[in-house]
Amino acid sequence: MALPYYVSPEQMMQDKAEYAKKGIAKGRSIIAIEYERGLLLIADNPSASLFKISEVYDTIAFSGAGKYSEFENLRKAGIQHADLKGLMYSREDVTARSLANSYSQTLGTIFSQELKPFEVELLLAQVGEKPGYNELYRIAFDGSIVDEQRMTAIGGRAEALLTYLRDESPEALPTLQQAVTLCKNAFERVTEQHITIEGLEAAVLDRDRSGRKFRRIPSSETHTLLS
Amino acid sequence: MKTPGPQFSHDSYSSFFHFLSTHQPDLTPVSRWGQPILQQQSHYELSAPRPSPFTHGTTVLAFKYEQGVIIAGDRRATEGFQIAENRMEKVFKTDDYSAMAIAGAAGPCVEMAKLFSIELEHYEKLDGVQLSCEGKANRLGQMVKANLPLVMQGLVVIPLFVGYDTKRSVGRIFKYDITGGRYEETEFHSVGSGGKDARLLLKERFKKNLDHQAAIRVALLALANAAEEDVGTGGPDPIRRIYPTMKLVNTQGVQDVEDDTLSTVWEELIHARSKEH
Repeated sequence: MALPYYVSPEQMMQDKAEYAKKGIAKGRSIIAIEYERGLLLIADNPSASLFKISEVYDTIAFSGAGKYSEFENLRKAGIQHADLKGLMYSREDVTARSLANSYSQTLGTIFSQELKPFEVELLLAQVGEKPGYNELYRIAFDGSIVDEQRMTAIGGRAEALLTYLRDESPEALPTLQQAVTLCKNAFERVTEQHITIEGLEAAVLDRDRSGRKFRRIPSSETHTLLS
Repeated sequence: MKTPGPQFSHDSYSSFFHFLSTHQPDLTPVSRWGQPILQQQSHYELSAPRPSPFTHGTTVLAFKYEQGVIIAGDRRATEGFQIAENRMEKVFKTDDYSAMAIAGAAGPCVEMAKLFSIELEHYEKLDGVQLSCEGKANRLGQMVKANLPLVMQGLVVIPLFVGYDTKRSVGRIFKYDITGGRYEETEFHSVGSGGKDARLLLKERFKKNLDHQAAIRVALLALANAAEEDVGTGGPDPIRRIYPTMKLVNTQGVQDVEDDTLSTVWEELIHARSKEH
C-alpha cells in the first residue's frame, strides 16, 4: 500500500489535538481556589514525593497535569525565567501574566511545529495584595490561555470539577478549612472514589506570609483541617 | 573523550549560577568585568601594590553560641580616605537556615550575596528540598573561585558563611580564601581590614555555649574594638542610631538582632567601661 503523501493541515491539527487531549484526560486533576488569605492549590496525587504543585516565585505557583516529564521541564523553565527576570529587574516585576504568556508561546510553537504535541495542561496562580486581586491562568496543550476568577481546575476531570465547585462554593470567601473540605468533596464526587488525606497534595499562596508566599501543607495539617 | 550511552543534561544540576553563566553570561560578574579589563592591564604590573579605587574595608565576624551561630558586621564603607557609606549592610540572610557576611569591594560583594541567595532559592524550588549545609558552603566556594579574575584586578570578595545544619543540629562556620578554598572553623572567625582586631578580642572573650545575650555582647564588643583600631571599620553610632548588623542562626531559622537590643547592650557596655576609667 502506498503511503499518503499529503495530509491537510486541518487533519493534522485535529489529530494532534486529539492525541494531546487523550493524554491529558488520563491525568489526575488539580484545583486552584481562592480562600480568605490567598489561594489554595490542591491536587489528587497519591505520591508523597513527586509533586504536581510547585513554587515559582514570591507570589506565583505552578501546577501541571498530564505527562510528568513534559510539565516538569516546563516548570523548570518557568522557575529559570522568573529568577532571571527577578535578577535583571526587581522581584516585584515578575508576574504570572508574563510567565503565562511565555508558556503560551512555547506550547503554541511546540503544538504547531513538532511532530508530537505536549500532553500537558498548566495552571499558574498569583496571589494579590487584597482578596479579589488574585490571578489564575489556565494554559492548554496548544498554547491557548484562559484567565479565571476565584477558581479553576486542570487535568482530566477539570470541567466536572469546576461545575461542582461553582455550584457548591459559598458566596463569601471560604476559610482554608472550608476550601480544603470543598475540594476533597469535589474530587470524591467527580472520581466516584474515596480519597485519602495522604492522596491529596496541597499548598497555599498565603498573602500574610512575608517574602515568599508559597507554603506546602503537610498531610498532618490536612488531617487537622479535615477532622 | 565522549562516554557512550545516555547522559543527563547539565541543566539537571539545578544551579542558577550555572544557568546564568551559560545563557546570560553578561549578567555574571566575571564575564562582565573579568576578561577585557584584565587584557588591557596586561602590560602593567598586576602584582604591584597600589591603592584600590574601589570601596573597601570592613569587619565581619561569626562565632558559635549556645543555640547556633551569631554573625555580625560593621556598617562602614570607604573609598580611599573617604567614608562612602555609613549604613552599609554586609550581613545577608541567604535562606531559612543560613547567612553570609562579606568583606571586600562593595559592588561585587553585594552582587555575590544576591546571586548566592538566588542560587539557594533556585535549587530549593527546582529540587523541592533545601541544599545541605555542606552543599551550600561548597557552592559558595565555587562562586568565590569563579570570581578569581576580578581578584586579579583588586576586586576582592571574601565571604564568611554560617549555617545551621539541621541534620547534625549544630551551627557551622565556613571561611574562604580568594581561590575558593573552603575551611570550616570550629569556634569563631572574622575577616576584613579589622578582622584581626576583632579576632584578638574573640580569642579572649569566646567561651563555649555562651547564651544569646552574652553572644550579642561579645559580638558588639569585638566590632567596637575593631572600629577603634581600624580606619575601615565603623563603630556603633548612638547619635544617628547606627548599630552593626547582627543575625542569629539557629533551629528557628535566621533572626535579626534589633537595633533597640543593640542600643541597650551598647549603653551597658559604655557605662561599665566609663566606671573602669
